[in-house]
Amino acid sequence: MTRFIETDVLIIGGGIVGASAALALALKGKRVALLERDFCGSHSSGVNYGGVRRQGRPLSQLPLSQRAHEIWSGLRDLIGIDGEYLRSGHLKLARSDKDMEALRSYAEASRGFGLDLQLLDRQQLRARFAWAGDVAVGASLCADDGHANPRLVSPAFARAAQRAGAQIFEQAQVVEVSHDGQAFEVHTANHLSLRAPWLLNCAGAWAGALAAQFGEPVPMVSGHPAMLVTEPLPLFMDVSTGVEGGGIYARQVARGNCVLGGGQGFALDPGKARPGQAAVLEILRNAVELYPPLAGAQAIRTWSGTEGYLPDREPVLGPSITTPGLLHGFGFAGSGFQIGPAAGEALAQTVCTGQSTIALDAFSIRRFQSTAQRSTNVSH
Amino acid sequence: MTIQPSVVIVGAGPAGIRAAQTLHAHGVNACLVDEGLRGGGQIYRRQPANFRRDPKALYGFEAGKATAVHQAMDTLATHIDYRPQTLVWNAEDHRLDVLQEGRAGTLDYTHLIVATGATDRILPVPGWTLPGVYSLGAAQIALKYQGCAIGERVVFAGSGPLLYLVAYQYAKAGAKVLAVLDSAPFSAQCRALPALLGQPLTLAKGLYYRAWLTAHGIAVHQGATLQRIDGEKRVSAVQWQGSGEPQRLECDAVAFAHALRSETQLADLLGCEFQWSELNRAWLPSRDSAGRSSVPGVYLAGDGAGIMGADAAEMAGELAALAVLADHGQSIDTVRSEHLQRKLAGIERFRQGLETAFPFPEDWASNVPNETIICRCEEVSAADICATVNEGHWEINRVKAMCRVGMGRCQGRMCGLAATELVAHCSGRDLHSIGRLRGQAPIKPLPFGVESQP
Repeated sequence: MTRFIETDVLIIGGGIVGASAALALALKGKRVALLERDFCGSHSSGVNYGGVRRQGRPLSQLPLSQRAHEIWSGLRDLIGIDGEYLRSGHLKLARSDKDMEALRSYAEASRGFGLDLQLLDRQQLRARFAWAGDVAVGASLCADDGHANPRLVSPAFARAAQRAGAQIFEQAQVVEVSHDGQAFEVHTANHLSLRAPWLLNCAGAWAGALAAQFGEPVPMVSGHPAMLVTEPLPLFMDVSTGVEGGGIYARQVARGNCVLGGGQGFALDPGKARPGQAAVLEILRNAVELYPPLAGAQAIRTWSGTEGYLPDREPVLGPSITTPGLLHGFGFAGSGFQIGPAAGEALAQTVCTGQSTIALDAFSIRRFQSTAQRSTNVSH
Repeated sequence: MTIQPSVVIVGAGPAGIRAAQTLHAHGVNACLVDEGLRGGGQIYRRQPANFRRDPKALYGFEAGKATAVHQAMDTLATHIDYRPQTLVWNAEDHRLDVLQEGRAGTLDYTHLIVATGATDRILPVPGWTLPGVYSLGAAQIALKYQGCAIGERVVFAGSGPLLYLVAYQYAKAGAKVLAVLDSAPFSAQCRALPALLGQPLTLAKGLYYRAWLTAHGIAVHQGATLQRIDGEKRVSAVQWQGSGEPQRLECDAVAFAHALRSETQLADLLGCEFQWSELNRAWLPSRDSAGRSSVPGVYLAGDGAGIMGADAAEMAGELAALAVLADHGQSIDTVRSEHLQRKLAGIERFRQGLETAFPFPEDWASNVPNETIICRCEEVSAADICATVNEGHWEINRVKAMCRVGMGRCQGRMCGLAATELVAHCSGRDLHSIGRLRGQAPIKPLPFGVESQP
């Protein structure tokens, strides 16, 4: 039996972007239906590292990231749980004078966005973070950044949306999407048919197919970050950390487990990914020099996810160029967790008022139009 | 035949050793990888080399089989690439990732025989995390390996053939066995008799252990459910319920389990298809009658792919080795292969009988007290799991994500089945419909600072 649902807004994808949009729309009184192929927040939004940071983002993202920072400050009221969110600070370590110089330039360039970065030299770093390994020559601290538990936060956005009146359909794989000039019609494998004038493409790493169907393919590729967690260890750090130039990132949760990421895994199939032994061993080999308290610790679990990356590492966020009523919000290049709630809100504003209060021009899908037309076959 | 297959066998228990021996007899020297210090597996676990206890004292009726398996291992060890104390922690396309003496390495294979064995199936009761509480298998290992008893006044509880065997072994070794609490009622064992008669020797041994316990004044209670383990810093008593009044019995150690569960993580990482086994109440990697998994080049033998016991494991090991040889184009003794398959089918029928004799306590999930810790690594209680289910979650990986059950050091190897029973009960869904915990590397914990070839 097919169930037919007519609504104002259809959202494909129950990650943090789609669920945040659903929540914002429902709170504005819109009728919303969200379709999630698996469980809400069970892919990238739920299995990412859990960094809630503005530091290190491209300047283009900072206005949106700053808005997200405000949303995160009211997280409990918004989604009903604290999600283990801590404003513990984000510490970006430098391993060389050159890296320190890069941190200094970023601090300079991002001045005026409200990040309040503090540069720490070798002595200042050790005075505040006694655990830091000798290889760190300095760091940049963003005291109000932090970390949270994505397994809890992302699904909670969907649950909050549901409480606010959105219809959430999990295990509802979209098999067909069409647009008749007035409205979108979507069919799912579990016999749902839905119709709405607005369609939000928040399908993460799998969003490219839908964009391509509407004549705007994007050169998106999937990335699979390698991550692992240790058994609980005595608490030695509360900041979330990263390293200039990449390589490794780590945080310790209140229970004592350390979550570390670094390097890339591989896709097992289009829906599943593994961290791979090479990346795991690389983390185990290299983490101790930055985080000496990890010596002798054991990694108990590794995992990965599937994240969408566009060549410029900026997301696609905002209206379709080809199809009125279609909005995109995907391709967050492995850093969508913090900014996701603001991205969802911006999409909701676009539906309600025709535009977002924060300019989204830098993220328009238009930037791929010419390349896309040259390479229509590489949308996956 | 021109090129030798490169065969790796994981697990040096009865299945792995017989597989290696069979391959060796056909001119193929496999690499045999085992976590243990000495081959033999859990059932025939060997004492340290400088211990001198008689096999009869260690293995009882099984002394002859144990000695034969050990001799086969000793003979093989000098001929094949035998790697004890080696953990397989991950698998990727025709390559195993191993950890040996703190060094990470890889092992490539064309054919892989997975003989990873089993651990105890644990149904938690309040107090099961107290010092002095062991699984039946662990209690047996303490005795067989190091000659240690888990306590001076021991209670054995749960169900399954191992219950009586371990109690018997403890009593024989001189430990004070206070009671055996078998959750299976006597009537179940009567019902199972026709199927059990298919293996009269095995049945006779089981009856012997029980008769011996009774003859030596050890209380054997059937239809007796362990309800709670008391103690402040360690075990001081058990509470149990038979047909009459609740009972309390002071003791200083408890061993308990409800039969065994297969160690399937490696098969999972290898991408083997799993199917639901009603008999085992678990998802198990599929295998054909010769041991081929769904993944070409990967073979399954022994308890790691369904609990059949040590005799079946020896046969399945040999059979899997013959399948490897046949698939590699070598001529094998097909009469022998068919004979082994028939024998295994017979044991399968016996196994059905055992399940009738020692039925799974299906009311466990409905009776488990709220405060019972289910996941001891992450300290997740029965109430936590039910609360998660009541929020609308029912898929086991989702429940894990929400409340951490199975997320700790053991990765659900100990608590996964109990959690599954509880989720099924609380959600009102069938046991097989709530999914299975996804396997993730490492199969067992992996240390930081591990040395490896870059």
